[in-house]
Amino acid sequence: MIVFEFTVKDENGLHARPAGLLVKEAMKCKSSVTLKKGSKKGDAKKIFNVMGLSVKHGDIIEVEVEVDNEESDAKLLEDFITANI
Amino acid sequence: MYSLNGKTVFAGIAIGKIELFKKEQQSVRRYSIDNVDFEIKRVSVAKEETISQLKALYEKALIEVGESGAMIFEIHQMMLEDQDYLDSIDNIIKSQSVNAEYAVAVTADNFANMFAAMDDEYMQARAADVKDISERLITVLKGKNDDMSQSEEPVILAADDLSPSETVQMDKSKILAFITKYGSANSHTAILARTMGIPALIGIDYDEDINGKIAVVDGINGKLIINPDDDILQKYKTKQHEEAVKKKLLNEMKGKETITKDGRKIKLYSNIGGVSDMPSVLSNDAEGIGLFRSEFLYLEKDNYPTEEEQFAVYKSVVETMAGKQVIIRTLDIGADKQIGYFNLDKEENPAMGYRAIRICLDKTEIFKTQLKALYRASAFGNVGIMFPMIISIEEVKKIKKIVEEVKSELSTIGISYGKVELGIMIETPAAVMISEELAKEVDFFSIGTNDLTQYTLAIDRQNQKLDNIYDSHHPAILKMIKMVIDNAHKHNTWVGICGELGADITLTEKFVKMGIDELSVSPNFILPLRSCIRDCNYGNV
Repeated sequence: MIVFEFTVKDENGLHARPAGLLVKEAMKCKSSVTLKKGSKKGDAKKIFNVMGLSVKHGDIIEVEVEVDNEESDAKLLEDFITANI
Repeated sequence: MYSLNGKTVFAGIAIGKIELFKKEQQSVRRYSIDNVDFEIKRVSVAKEETISQLKALYEKALIEVGESGAMIFEIHQMMLEDQDYLDSIDNIIKSQSVNAEYAVAVTADNFANMFAAMDDEYMQARAADVKDISERLITVLKGKNDDMSQSEEPVILAADDLSPSETVQMDKSKILAFITKYGSANSHTAILARTMGIPALIGIDYDEDINGKIAVVDGINGKLIINPDDDILQKYKTKQHEEAVKKKLLNEMKGKETITKDGRKIKLYSNIGGVSDMPSVLSNDAEGIGLFRSEFLYLEKDNYPTEEEQFAVYKSVVETMAGKQVIIRTLDIGADKQIGYFNLDKEENPAMGYRAIRICLDKTEIFKTQLKALYRASAFGNVGIMFPMIISIEEVKKIKKIVEEVKSELSTIGISYGKVELGIMIETPAAVMISEELAKEVDFFSIGTNDLTQYTLAIDRQNQKLDNIYDSHHPAILKMIKMVIDNAHKHNTWVGICGELGADITLTEKFVKMGIDELSVSPNFILPLRSCIRDCNYGNV
């Protein structure tokens, strides 16, 4: 399992648009991708899960990437997040 | 005639007939079914059909509102494909042996409630998205298509609320404005209305009997006026026309170069009095800031603003302009603008008194504080500094000496600064007469035509009795401007005008021919002026 963290820079947090983009990106991954905000967890491939975390600007989010292509998937997501969220 | 108040989502004026938009109430019946697998299969077929509808809507929205506005329909597709959402529908069908429509309706309520319970206004508004996709799915399950009937003539559309897909599906050429009873400024409908540029008001508590009545949507003041009388109607028609002209100009002139027909580029800058002017500077496409009046920093306070306070304000403006030039004028106050803590004596003739640079060169600590804040801000973009009320070379030399002190003090404590253009205001006849010598000392001149007129014609601007002879087009003023430009250009010093004459389009061509390099005006004048300059010739054709 690969775990990395990021801080949400988008001023509106993970609102519909960035959440949608993130889900789209996560769907490309073979691995399972889980987002953690504090004690709350959500599947990054499910839009309702991601939006349900109510992620705001400045929140620190942990991303867990598990099995299959975890290395390349983690890199894909990390690059995407750095550039977009 | 009566009016209702609401909240503006998109400003603009619309006049026309109101049409009530009635949603067909989705009544969903619950009934038992025998074949669970068949019911689940119906959901998956309907889901595919719904997704292809959403794809079509996405394409339509892409053309009408662009990618970021259309994105919502892509998100709607993701919502429909969300595994939890689909599992919930299937589970309800299986566990209760009920019809698909009912299972979707219950799932929609559950998911919408989840959003409604969130602690964030934006997310709460997303409950509407869940309902929107679910209603669409139910409509498909029922085998109906949801073509919307729309009248032939363009109308002001009134609805309880509108979903994003309803908004996009409508034929926009038939919509003058949207008004809704509910909905939030965060709803996608509001966002779409803004992108499409359709006047829209929300929170209008109308009665059903407004259907078919003539009304004015005043999106500027957030008002709906029903059955307006002739005077009001005429007033709004004029206003609407002005808005249309402005909008046309905006569309035509935004992003265009300010360049004469024969290819001379003129810098078109904006005057500002504070940070609150920045939105209109940006929306009117100013190419820089030609006069940032720093007085407000001093007028707002009970004591001298600190270096930190000033730095924060300058930095924010410089960063907002992102590399475009920002020219800040140092403190320009006198006995006519009272600031208590300066303890200025009352004067007989404040216009010619202890003011502006005269105060700064006397109380150098105040001056240095401002200069330090300005130089620190220069590390974040393109800063210019200009000094008001100059009458002599000695003043300029003194200023430059103080500037050097400030720079070396900053360097000593390891603070970096950028390259800063230094300029002076030309607003006294003395400065005009010695402009050739002054030009050797500075990077630019900015002609303050208001004070220059007052000092040249010996007319007090505050005295209303003299208004009829206060003539800013006086040949003396125009000759002076020409003289300043010629002298400045001999030494590669550029010249701008930041007084009211700069925005006077009856003189623009004259200034262009004189060789003016920059005009700095209120944000509202930028685009009309750009349009005017693009019609001018610099040389004599």
